[in-house]
Amino acid sequence: MEIYTLLRQFADSWVLLALFAFFVGIIVWVFRPGSSKTYNDTADIPFRHDDKPATDKEART
Amino acid sequence: MSNTLKLIALGLITLFSAMAINYARDLAYMVHAAIILLVAGGLFLYTLRRTGDPTPAIPQNEYFDSVVRAGVIATAFWGVVGFLVGTFIAFQLAFPQLNFDWLSGFGNFGRLRPLHTSAVIFAFGGNALIATSFYVVQRTSAARLWGGNLGWFVFWGYQLFIVLAATGYLLGATQSKEYAEPEWYVDWWLTIVWVAYLAAFLGTIIKRKEPHIYVANWFYLSFIVTVAMLHVVNNISIPISIWGSRSVQVMSGVQDAMTQWWYGHNAVGFFLTAGFLGMMYYFIPKQAERPVFSYKLSIIHFWALIFIYIWAGPHHLHYTALPDWASTLGMVFSIVLWMPSWGGMINGLMTLSGAWDKLRTDPVIRMMVISVGFYGMSTFEGPMMSIRAVNSLSHYTDWTIGHVHSGALGWNGMITFGALYFLVPVLWKRERLYSLQMVSWHFWLATIGIVLYAASMWVTGIMEGLMWREVDANGFLVNSFADTVAAKFPMYVVRGLGGVLYLTGGLVMVYNLWMTVKRAPAKEASLATTVPAE
Repeated sequence: MEIYTLLRQFADSWVLLALFAFFVGIIVWVFRPGSSKTYNDTADIPFRHDDKPATDKEART
Repeated sequence: MSNTLKLIALGLITLFSAMAINYARDLAYMVHAAIILLVAGGLFLYTLRRTGDPTPAIPQNEYFDSVVRAGVIATAFWGVVGFLVGTFIAFQLAFPQLNFDWLSGFGNFGRLRPLHTSAVIFAFGGNALIATSFYVVQRTSAARLWGGNLGWFVFWGYQLFIVLAATGYLLGATQSKEYAEPEWYVDWWLTIVWVAYLAAFLGTIIKRKEPHIYVANWFYLSFIVTVAMLHVVNNISIPISIWGSRSVQVMSGVQDAMTQWWYGHNAVGFFLTAGFLGMMYYFIPKQAERPVFSYKLSIIHFWALIFIYIWAGPHHLHYTALPDWASTLGMVFSIVLWMPSWGGMINGLMTLSGAWDKLRTDPVIRMMVISVGFYGMSTFEGPMMSIRAVNSLSHYTDWTIGHVHSGALGWNGMITFGALYFLVPVLWKRERLYSLQMVSWHFWLATIGIVLYAASMWVTGIMEGLMWREVDANGFLVNSFADTVAAKFPMYVVRGLGGVLYLTGGLVMVYNLWMTVKRAPAKEASLATTVPAE
């Protein structure tokens, strides 16, 4: 089998499915329960450390 | 020890450039060898004189802002240079006499056009992206930029790339790939600089003090990684001689064309879109003083955009040797791109919900909002033009040029101006901008300039497309090419005037930013960011 045919077959079948599943997975993951709380916190990042880097003590985990 | 290695390397490069000047097979290569000789030789002396000096410790409790300040200056400088060259070549098209005889071979339209495109995309846009990404990644990671002085290497290395590319175009060193014109050694140099850029950016993210990676960094990172991949694959070429600037592409024919437009369209998608969306997701929330409208939407926006954009390139090759299925694929993905693009636009605009009054009082936020508006407009126009039937009318006409400029001047230019207006007072610790009224002037000059540009190009593009396909009752073409050129003259003058307005706006901005640093009141001591030593 030529490499082109082989790759084309992957692209048309499993890889397409895998990429699509990954994408749908992200959307599901984004709307997981409890995500709003996390994302509200993340969305506030730009307002936290304007002037200087956080010290090890201030580091959030 | 590291200084010894540095000196050996710089010495060898200097020696090699001297030999390269001697053996040079063409003028561009010789000039480039001379530039590299001066830079490497100068760095050799600089390093030598400082050998033995104690190296100052890098303060980990401060952000690395000096490189961002340099990036802001470079952005404003290259912006004005790029707009100026663009306005000049617009008038060269309207008045061919401006292709002066004494400039022939250096300053004619063919040589200046890549200088303009690269100056605005890579010099203005690239410096804006590097500077803002360094600013944003430090603030959102709450950590100093990784790699000590690596940031300075990225900044100066990138400026060297710009100078080599620009002088190369004027002297005729080009591999004739649109937006990837620089020849092989300039490509190699950019690859080195880009890897350093990736290391500095990624290193900062890895040592971040926040649990999450803010969405702007995702966009910046995808821009850096994808551009690295695009740049390397599209520039696979074999130099004809190590002493000359010419090279031969490894791929040929339709494979080469497809690679070129895979590169070309993703340069739009990841350089001019993903990177600038990183700016949008940081600077609009900062200027509006409220978090992004929907963080969930921003994540979906990111993944949808990068999953889809990468396939859109073939729409540049409708009705060519490219197989139909491939150009149909490109067309379909271009149309699907509507969704993430508009999702992102809505996310940017709605960030202002509840603060719409700021549009009346704050011209900087007005600039950012109109840039997102232009983003929405050009991402509507683009998919429409990628449809095969529309493309048969629009391709090779000025409509394409108009589309590119409504995106580049409107979206990339305006969001960069907004970011510069935000950054200068912060970086130079000023209380405010020198003049908000001047920002308003800049806003209107730029907006009217874009409207003149885009509108005249719509008219001339569609007119040209219709004239080219007009046939008489016997099936003969009615118009010669020269007829269309003559008919376009008034629109070309209007386009040039649009450029003048946009350039004037840029100059007003430079003056305003300069005076902000010189004259605007400094921030009060109590607010100043003096950091106690730990």
